[in-house]
Amino acid sequence: MKRRLQLFLPLAIFLGLCLMFYVALFRENPGELPSALLDQPLPTFELPTVKNPDRKVTRENLLGEVALINVWATWCPACRVEHPYLVDLANKGVPIYGVNYKDDQPEARKWLKTLHDPYRFSINDNSGSLGIDLGVYGAPETYLIDHQGVIRYKHVGIVDANVWKNDLEPRFRHLQKQVLQAHANNREGEAK
Amino acid sequence: MIKRITSRLIIVLSTVLFMGTAYGVIDSYEFSTPEQEQRFFELTNELRCPKCQNQSIGDSNAPIAQDLRREVHRLLNEGADNQTVIDFMLARYGDFVLYKPRIAGVNLVLWLGPLLLLLAGLTVLIVVVRKHKATASESAPAAPDQHNADKELLDKKLNRFLTDYLSTHSSKDNKTDGKE
Repeated sequence: MKRRLQLFLPLAIFLGLCLMFYVALFRENPGELPSALLDQPLPTFELPTVKNPDRKVTRENLLGEVALINVWATWCPACRVEHPYLVDLANKGVPIYGVNYKDDQPEARKWLKTLHDPYRFSINDNSGSLGIDLGVYGAPETYLIDHQGVIRYKHVGIVDANVWKNDLEPRFRHLQKQVLQAHANNREGEAK
Repeated sequence: MIKRITSRLIIVLSTVLFMGTAYGVIDSYEFSTPEQEQRFFELTNELRCPKCQNQSIGDSNAPIAQDLRREVHRLLNEGADNQTVIDFMLARYGDFVLYKPRIAGVNLVLWLGPLLLLLAGLTVLIVVVRKHKATASESAPAAPDQHNADKELLDKKLNRFLTDYLSTHSSKDNKTDGKE
């Protein structure tokens, strides 16, 4: 009996290899790389915003709430596709910050005017240096950060209803809950 | 005629052959030393472009590759050593950017996997060969004994059969003889 089973060993190994190759070759999005910055704090920066070139924003301006950071540009067709959905999310009350990645500023301002502006503000990353610090390799990319500015999730590609419901919203709500709990605990501590 | 064709063929083939050696990208970076320039080319050929998936940042014309080359140049100008540049890229883009994976963490599977498989194969081979040898040496001396025993048994049976046969036949012969 044991010998019989031994005969199936090569077949089992072969099927295991097949499974491995199948998983590796037919991943849903083969271009997607795991972010090296997961659970890392946001990089520091000091850059102007798109709408107000005189206003300098830093990392601190992004803290305090669980929020999305969306990397976009007018030269990026996929960004135009996802833009209406971001406007929807912003209207629902989701805080979104924009990183305008290596873009033409007058074009970017026109875009925000005509297509609506879902962002609290858009950081003007003209040289792409913030993009490099964030590990951006193509727009659009969307990061989920917690209230302390730690990157919790990264989505590469278009954010639509599907992505929001399945990938982003559960994590977003979970983080919000954690923040509320932390606040409640703090208050209890203060009351005591 | 044939000579002309062959000479043309040689020209065409040699052009095709040497096409690949040209660098895909030309930047105008200034370096303080030739050694620094050398390191720049080494690093940009060792680092993989995150967007284009299978080109080094020195080979690709994608905007992100241009930016990363600029960063490498900036870091080298600031006096960074190769490891600092590599760590800079690793912190932002992860193991993917290295064409030469680090010998650590999950990558150990990559480095040690083939070795382990080779060892496993060798073990199986040794076990099989040993088993084979053991059965061969067991059966080899047993064979003549078995053979002799079989032969004796066969001889005995043959003898018995012959005596039986002869005795019955001789009696039959006697009987027929008697009838005639």
